[in-house]
Amino acid sequence: MSQQDLHALGVAELAARLAAGSVSSVEVTQHFLSRIQQHNSLGAFLATNPDASLAQARAADARLAAGERTPLLGVPLAHKDVFVTRDFPTTAGSRMLENYRSPFDATVVRQLGSAGMVTLGKLNCDEFAMGSGNENSAYQPVQNPWDSSRVPGGSSGGSAAAVAARLVPAATGTDTGGSIRQPASLTGITGIKPTYGRCSRYGMVAFASSLDQAGPMARSALDCALLLSAMAGPDLDRDSTSLDLPAVDYATDLIAASAQQTGTKPLKGLRIGLPTQFFGAGCAPDVLAAVRGALAEFEKLGATLVDVSLPLTELSIPVYYVIAPAEASSNLSRFDGVRYGHRAAHYTDLTDMYKKSRSEGFGDEATRRIMIGTYVLSHGYYDAYYLKAQKIRRLIAQDFQTAFTQCDVIAGPVSPTVAWKIGEKSADPVASYLADIYTLSSSLAGLPGMSVPAGFGAGGLPVGLQLIGNYFKEAQLLGAAHQFQLATDWHQKAPGTAT
Amino acid sequence: MALTPQDIARVANLARLELRPDETERTLHQLNGFFALVEQMQAVDTDGVEPLAHPAALLGEVALRLREDIASEPNQREASQVSAPAVERGLFLVPKVIE
Repeated sequence: MSQQDLHALGVAELAARLAAGSVSSVEVTQHFLSRIQQHNSLGAFLATNPDASLAQARAADARLAAGERTPLLGVPLAHKDVFVTRDFPTTAGSRMLENYRSPFDATVVRQLGSAGMVTLGKLNCDEFAMGSGNENSAYQPVQNPWDSSRVPGGSSGGSAAAVAARLVPAATGTDTGGSIRQPASLTGITGIKPTYGRCSRYGMVAFASSLDQAGPMARSALDCALLLSAMAGPDLDRDSTSLDLPAVDYATDLIAASAQQTGTKPLKGLRIGLPTQFFGAGCAPDVLAAVRGALAEFEKLGATLVDVSLPLTELSIPVYYVIAPAEASSNLSRFDGVRYGHRAAHYTDLTDMYKKSRSEGFGDEATRRIMIGTYVLSHGYYDAYYLKAQKIRRLIAQDFQTAFTQCDVIAGPVSPTVAWKIGEKSADPVASYLADIYTLSSSLAGLPGMSVPAGFGAGGLPVGLQLIGNYFKEAQLLGAAHQFQLATDWHQKAPGTAT
Repeated sequence: MALTPQDIARVANLARLELRPDETERTLHQLNGFFALVEQMQAVDTDGVEPLAHPAALLGEVALRLREDIASEPNQREASQVSAPAVERGLFLVPKVIE
């Protein structure tokens, strides 16, 4: 392979070449930086800083030269722009933070940096991670690399598009109600949202604190496992909701599985639950066909399929869209035009400064969610909306536990359709909320979930299979996805723009 | 139950937002569409169900963890104020609040 094709390699393959000394981190970094520049029209990146990236690459090369051999050393990635970074601006996709520079790195950024990964830049996203199509970015929409007239999904749309177009081997994302899984599905890549609390939220611009969770987005389950091993782990002094559980090596078992003889039934004994509510008329036939095709492959690998029920699936939409905006309205109250963020040029007094600064700084969707959240938390409505939603949230979480008595993992579609046209849903926010139906319930319960490329639907657009595990079962999800990817090549398909 | 323009004005004030008249109209329409969906929640029987504020409550991590009250971060006053809209001698400037 020539240096011109380095972007065809994933995380594990790049790491192997770096470790073998056949390419340097500086060379890899330069290659990806030039691809990012070439494919600027995709809209995936909000910021690069080649000097900082190359300095990190030189540091990684020095560690390699000193004999260090760790799994991510010298491999580049990019971060969703909700992770604060010292070397790059952080906007969270909002005008509010247009000129913001963080004095520190988010824990996830710091951990991946310590592992030797090189940051290529910051990735576009929906404003404050609020959206399902990346059209709520204050800066630019992101094109889906499979069809430039379509959305890449959201809110981690820049991350998904950059990985799919081979502008980066991997990226970070965040998932509050599906924001890793849905864009992964719509762009044909692999992404995992771990159990709530697995990855530190320190330095993640807060949207809905009881739901926000970081995770990796890459081409394969193995690459995601390599990243998650470095991202996850306790951060007890800085994130009060960080799980007090040791970091896990998710990759070694997968690498061992790759080396084993095929032809056996590696998933024998795995019971996959199919919620009847995920396979109804609400899901497009092309998506269902791809998902069923993938499930048939899992059966060939030895898994058995069982029907389960998640009766409150539809209710997860109003429950989520009450709870998440309630938390958002509280979190976004910090943007007051005093300590950081946009301040209006003209105002009469302090209250007027708050109002004008906030109204100018927030886009339509953030404003709408602040309004919804403020309303449901206000006197006289709290019980009927916010408290009611929290009660149903518990019932939703209990339904999952009932389902997990009959199965080990739950599977279904991620999104009811393939990627839609840019602009198609922007006039009707409720229509856009309805498309989140298959990802919201597991987020409300705090469960890990992933999207695995499962084939293609109408127009040759990618379809993802969603796998949901019980608490702390990331390794089981990644293991099942890895076996599927050893037997199939959907995850290796790349759009024409990626060559 | 439908929201009124007065509700929108009241909530916007609580949230310290200023909506233009056309935005008020659009927001009213969109929020009423949204709350029609939210009304579905009322059909669920939640008698005796404890609200779930946080998934951590399901993971056996019910006790709120506290750290020692000691300064753990370096003093980065200047770096922290780089992005502030108005600063003078290390202080954040705001419009006059007390006459």
